[in-house]
Amino acid sequence: MNTPNSVASASSPAIPNGSGAAAVLAAGIGSFALAVLAVAGDKSAAIKSSLVFYRPTGPLSGVTTAAILMWLLTWGILEWRWRNRTVAVGRISVVALALLALSLLLTFPPVVDLF
Amino acid sequence: MEITTRALWTMIHGMGFGALYLLACSGALVELYRFTTSTIPAEPTPGQERFFKVYLAAMVVIAWVAVLMGAYVIYPWYRATPPPGTTDLAMFPQRLLMSSSTTIGWHSFGMEWKEHVAWFAPISITMVAFVFIRYGRDLKNHRQLRAAVLSFAVASFVAAGIAGFFGAMINKYAPVQGGHTIQLSQGEEK
Repeated sequence: MNTPNSVASASSPAIPNGSGAAAVLAAGIGSFALAVLAVAGDKSAAIKSSLVFYRPTGPLSGVTTAAILMWLLTWGILEWRWRNRTVAVGRISVVALALLALSLLLTFPPVVDLF
Repeated sequence: MEITTRALWTMIHGMGFGALYLLACSGALVELYRFTTSTIPAEPTPGQERFFKVYLAAMVVIAWVAVLMGAYVIYPWYRATPPPGTTDLAMFPQRLLMSSSTTIGWHSFGMEWKEHVAWFAPISITMVAFVFIRYGRDLKNHRQLRAAVLSFAVASFVAAGIAGFFGAMINKYAPVQGGHTIQLSQGEEK
């Protein structure tokens, strides 16, 4: 019997991939922003002090708050632009995963010490 | 048997939300694979799909509570600066770790990594939950999107694992202490 639930089993997608691609790329960009801000705060005293949004938590408060804002802003813009579109999700995923891998690398202390 | 309020908060953060998230992550990875791979013959029911959406949404809440509690409740106690002349550093975990060459690595490597890498867990799982809630089983028809979502879910698990491991080890060598003491039970003298 062909129920609405079996529609998703068909080989053609029911929903355009734009919304998913927007979420994936935004997550990659947000993660990368966090890593870059963390490195910048570690290497520059001026940036470090400007990232102290909440004194007891120190620069971590600014690094994470700024990165989360960038992530959500990017996500919102991409979602608005791609929501009903079919995009090159393969390439977008590769970029997002590369950004995520770079983020993991940039937060690894021995790598941070190389800069 | 007693516990201080700071130790209790640390326990809620790590053994409560952190460990719960790691457990939930292993289940989510299996379910994500099962729901989004078309080679598995048994179709999940709409009820199972709805349950998994709620499960992922709960994981998002757990992940965010864990990192926010860590950063804004526990971390300030960890990095507190002792007054000049303080010799007993038991109440200042970061300084206690930094005071010995045998423990400094737990801060300079462990905490420096943990405090940043932990945030990849909620960011990634929020994305994973959003995509699954939006696409459901239609995700199996988006092969590349599905691969990206599964990769981010694995990254979330790894990030939480790193943070959890270093959190546990740091708290072993320099436990967060202080605050009121809560009496849990009265032991009998031998």
